[in-house]
Amino acid sequence: MKTQNNRAWLFVLPVLLLVAFNALIPMMTVVNYSVQETFGNNLFFWQGLDWFEGLLRSDRFHAALGRQFLFTGLILAIEVPLGIAIALAMPRQGGWVSVCLVLMALPMLIPWNVVGAMWNIFTLPDIGLLGYFINHVLNIPYDMTQNPIAAWVTIVTMDVWHWTSLVVLLSYAGLVSIPDAYYQAAKIDGASNWAVFRYIQLPKMKNVLTIAILLRFMDSFNIFTEPFVLTGGGPGNSTTLLSIDLVKIALGQFDLGPAAAMSLIYFVITLLVSWLFYTLMTKDDLN
Amino acid sequence: MAQITLSKLRHSYYPNPKQADDYALKMIDLVLEDGGAYALLGPSGCGKSSLLNIISGLLVPSDGRILFDENDVTTVAPSARSIAQVFQFPVIYDTMTVYNNFAFPLRNQGVDEARVDVRVREIAEMLEVTDLLDKRAAGLSPDNKQKISMGRGLVREDMNVVMFDEPLTVIDPHLKWKLRSKLKELHQRVKVTMIYVTHDQTEALTFADQVVVMQDGEVVQVGTPVELFERPAHTFVGHFIGSPGMNILSCDVRGSVAYFDGIEVPLEGAIKPDLNGNTEIGIRPEYVSFGTQGIAATVRKVSDVGRHNVVTVMVGDTKIAAIVKGETPAVGDTVQLVFEQDQTRLYVDGWLASEKGAGQ
Repeated sequence: MKTQNNRAWLFVLPVLLLVAFNALIPMMTVVNYSVQETFGNNLFFWQGLDWFEGLLRSDRFHAALGRQFLFTGLILAIEVPLGIAIALAMPRQGGWVSVCLVLMALPMLIPWNVVGAMWNIFTLPDIGLLGYFINHVLNIPYDMTQNPIAAWVTIVTMDVWHWTSLVVLLSYAGLVSIPDAYYQAAKIDGASNWAVFRYIQLPKMKNVLTIAILLRFMDSFNIFTEPFVLTGGGPGNSTTLLSIDLVKIALGQFDLGPAAAMSLIYFVITLLVSWLFYTLMTKDDLN
Repeated sequence: MAQITLSKLRHSYYPNPKQADDYALKMIDLVLEDGGAYALLGPSGCGKSSLLNIISGLLVPSDGRILFDENDVTTVAPSARSIAQVFQFPVIYDTMTVYNNFAFPLRNQGVDEARVDVRVREIAEMLEVTDLLDKRAAGLSPDNKQKISMGRGLVREDMNVVMFDEPLTVIDPHLKWKLRSKLKELHQRVKVTMIYVTHDQTEALTFADQVVVMQDGEVVQVGTPVELFERPAHTFVGHFIGSPGMNILSCDVRGSVAYFDGIEVPLEGAIKPDLNGNTEIGIRPEYVSFGTQGIAATVRKVSDVGRHNVVTVMVGDTKIAAIVKGETPAVGDTVQLVFEQDQTRLYVDGWLASEKGAGQ
């Protein structure tokens, strides 16, 4: 008979406290706000699920959600293949490896608001390097403060510039872990380059790619700082992503109830998509 | 099917090799007959894997040529050589079924599906994995994975040679024996040249008809297992093969007589003329016995290894092993060593220097 005691709980307690203060309690506050109306002076009125219902029926929310999925879809569609391609092209050994790795890591080291500011200046039509080049050398009218398409191209390009490296580094880690014997066997079996990629490299990269896609999904779905600094959600509402809209509602209009309800829905969507994706990608590993 | 000729082969991993030590393979001249079972035996780092990779085409040698029959294939790509190689760690295509793994090399060659199916089933039956054909290869046990690796090697019909690079390293001991006899059986069935690289003498001696012993990038001896055991051409072979290996004893040679510890030791036959250098006597523990007169020695250790006892004795500072069946002396006893004359060889600078005796 095993001795049983509850001492283990004591060891879990510090983590529990930490999680309580940085996640659970703030989260419950949001839940609290989401079912009440407040007028300041700490006056609260019970509202039930009205905020949720209103939000789910609102065109404004649908539009922001749509833009959010479009943005995340676009950057994943670009960053994942591009990242894999760059990782495949990088040298596996020799002095250039560290040079490539450092170059790749650089964009990720820059703080998010700085990235936004950099691209803001970079794309200014008259004095920005890129903006001037496109407008006055290529003679293509390009001004992201006026044109929604230009704004979209800019935020997507900025995100690709900032985060493709993450996919590159993770894919590269997956690639270098493949033993030489696999490539040698493939050579002997007469496999084409495509077959090597499809049957050796891609399966070996699957786990790291799952993580890369998951991280990029969550990060881009919750993105705020860079587009906020760059476009502020404009022109009009054309680049108002979910988080930007949320901040507008919460801090601009001070509608804490609807904002809290939106936060929760936002959270559930992120969680659900991540869970679905992860479960689908790893279900083969179980059997 | 082809006879493989390695001619004046040298290989260095340095861009500008200068002295002999820069070469991983120093000067290999070797002919491998069509349909033979060969083993490349040698310690780690002796160049056996380099040699294998040169034959398979994964490596292009610095100097020399490789011929398959009359065709020079020195720079031909691996896929065009009709060879197969099984690696130390099983290489399988995880995402494919066992069936598709087998079919992969054939499909890459554009063989038609009906023929692919026939071959895959034939090979699966040979390797006794027919019931695994529809399973995904990722979940298999290591020995089955290695079987799949082998199967992919054997599936093509135009094989010149199938090579095994220490294929049993990751296999559990009790399955090693099974897989090894399977290999031997496969060789007898498909009659294709097989080269088996290993540092394990048991594996080499049980698999191969001809064993190529390598050391420091050179072929030291090529022979049947019996030849290697009976008349090692070099002290390295004597020491490397056998358990325990050959006793190598420093000796003096005056005229045509060898002296060990001041006592005359009769050799198997005459000493080859005109040899100068470091002289040693080689005698296998199997042929050392205890008699009433001979070289005096003190018993240091007696180890019971099952079928027989290994008795280690000391003559001065020299350690000599003897294999004794039946009664053994006690530790500390003084014994008289007797060397069986027609098994006592002389080595000069490591190389065999005594002629075969009249009786052999």
